[in-house]
Amino acid sequence: MKVTLFIPCFVDLLYPRVAISIVRIIERLGHQVDFPEELTCCGQPAFNSGYWDEARDVAGRVLARLEQSEVVVIASGSCGAMLKVFYPDLFAGTPQAEAAQRLRSKCYEFSDFLVTKLGVTDVGARFPGVATFHDGCHGLRELGLKKPARALLANVRDLTLVEMKQAETCCGFGGTFAAKFPMISTAMGEVKCASAFETHADFIVSNDSSCLMQIQGLLDRQKSGVKTIHLAEVLAQS
Amino acid sequence: MSTLVQRFKAQAEIVTRDLRHRRLIQTALGNYEIQRDKRKAAFIDWQSARQLAAETKWDALNHLDAHLEQFVRRLEARGTKVHWASTGEQACEIILGLAREKKARSIIKSKSMTSEEIHLNDALEHAGFEVVESDLGEYIVQLRKEPPYHIVFPAMHLTRDEISDLFTRELGSAPTSNPEELTMIARRALRQKYLTADIGITGANFAIAETGMISITENEGNARLTAALPKVVISLLGIEKVLPRLADLALFLPMLAVSGTGQPLTCYNSFYGGPRQPGESDGPEEYHVILLDNHRTRLLADGEQRDALHCIRCGACLNVCPIYRNVGGHTYAATYSGPIGSVITPHLRGLQDWKHLSQSSSLCGACTETCPVKIDLHHHLLQNRRNAARQKPGFLEQTGFRAFAFVMNHPALFRAVAVVGRWLQPLHALVKGGRLDPLRPWTKTREAPVLAPQSFREYWRSRP
Repeated sequence: MKVTLFIPCFVDLLYPRVAISIVRIIERLGHQVDFPEELTCCGQPAFNSGYWDEARDVAGRVLARLEQSEVVVIASGSCGAMLKVFYPDLFAGTPQAEAAQRLRSKCYEFSDFLVTKLGVTDVGARFPGVATFHDGCHGLRELGLKKPARALLANVRDLTLVEMKQAETCCGFGGTFAAKFPMISTAMGEVKCASAFETHADFIVSNDSSCLMQIQGLLDRQKSGVKTIHLAEVLAQS
Repeated sequence: MSTLVQRFKAQAEIVTRDLRHRRLIQTALGNYEIQRDKRKAAFIDWQSARQLAAETKWDALNHLDAHLEQFVRRLEARGTKVHWASTGEQACEIILGLAREKKARSIIKSKSMTSEEIHLNDALEHAGFEVVESDLGEYIVQLRKEPPYHIVFPAMHLTRDEISDLFTRELGSAPTSNPEELTMIARRALRQKYLTADIGITGANFAIAETGMISITENEGNARLTAALPKVVISLLGIEKVLPRLADLALFLPMLAVSGTGQPLTCYNSFYGGPRQPGESDGPEEYHVILLDNHRTRLLADGEQRDALHCIRCGACLNVCPIYRNVGGHTYAATYSGPIGSVITPHLRGLQDWKHLSQSSSLCGACTETCPVKIDLHHHLLQNRRNAARQKPGFLEQTGFRAFAFVMNHPALFRAVAVVGRWLQPLHALVKGGRLDPLRPWTKTREAPVLAPQSFREYWRSRP
């Protein structure tokens, strides 16, 4: 299968190892990876702020380029939700409405792609440590992905997964919200971290780097030894 | 009115740092979640129940005119006087007129968020009437001269000791931290008020079109006393409270109780359909029903967000909302707080003045997931943001997003920005967290992420 990778802007610049891990895992499973370098961003910041014309400017190119793809894997639940759930809203009533609907059915968030599309739950990874999983809201509620990441983590050797009480509580990132209302965003993140600490896990794993950026930022400020790591980075280790 | 945003942010700044508040609310709502889940599990299929409730409300609203006419006809047939109020001011005027006509002095009220919405107590007190809230939580916040903190739990932000102090100060009671004793203190004070009240004012949980009856659900019996003892009783309700059939309550009463408080059913469920009928031993001599629009029809006309009128004011969306939990109910400074308040307040009171409530959300969707009548709450926040930007775009913000779109649509420029960013990154340490830091909203409380030495794009190009 030829898999088109959609790498969000912040993953490209801040967390390239997440994308590299995804490439390695997909290639290891015997598939070919295609990376359209001309695509930089899904347009979500403008969309969430209400500037839908500007969002359409960015999203239109994504839509056009991915038209030819067989299957699209997105390295973030949030950007995945943007392509899969919000593009149809964004392009409703425009000439690209149908293209947005077509794209919807071939988009997969990374963990969903492995488990649902490929039927793989064991990628042969080994990761010694105790981890707790943070459900990114967009992946969880817009895409309905509670199970795939956990199914994959269950098969990682030497890894113990301890669920935190508030696994499904928002970390407080929320895109531009984190900058517009930093006090609320920070308090939400602190609640999240406190719940993770209760598990005594060494790692907070998630399939969304944007959530992890928020959580790691708070952990570092608190000088905590707990580390965040993306699911793909865990799965790429052997 | 930028002052509303500024006030919101200033208040949020204080409350989010108040760790005592955080603990109190997290614990209270954590306990609520446990109870709610236990009661939800008693439903054979909660999701189907939500679907049915949403469809019932959808039907009720899409035939609102017919349902309201039927509701009013039945009420009037039993001698109820029905009043229609387009605005909050009109509703207040109607009630003031009745109070003057009856030469009332004292008015007792049971819990009604709609009366909060129209600032009824202020209007009555201003005109010289004594108004007493009879719901315990409402009574407490009334004594404190503050609005309810929560749609369902008006005084949940207070500890027993704070309530004891308040009672000692206002009622002269002996200090106690025993909840039963505190309740008895309020009860003793309130019983007298029921007996002397000339008018009772209630809200409504549901308006049953089929039978022309108002359904009130409560845990303290205070609404029953409010509606039974005074000679004149007035019920104030929004026109969206209508349910087509009495049988619909078989679903809505348990759903409201489970979502609202985590109870299987609320303790007292009463119906009111008119004044005392011939041969009846109790009930008021006069019964008035005031049907309030106050911009609900504006929401009804909005095809995208009409479902916000499904709301049964259970407060479930507030309870699960991480924003509400961290900023608390008073920060919103709106009658309806939490996600539902953020959705409807712009419709009720003006989009530009209240758009900040829609912006102050991470769009996590916990509200939509929990809403028993399936209001698409967090997506409505997105639509409010879009409508606000469309109606009156912020110059800086729009320019910013145009620049953003331009950069993202020119990959070479995107790469160049990344390279420049990497050059400038070491300099960031000089200003980090300070007034000159462009990332200050982030770095004030969090460490900033670091641009990787090699982006994924660069890695991809360098692959053999």
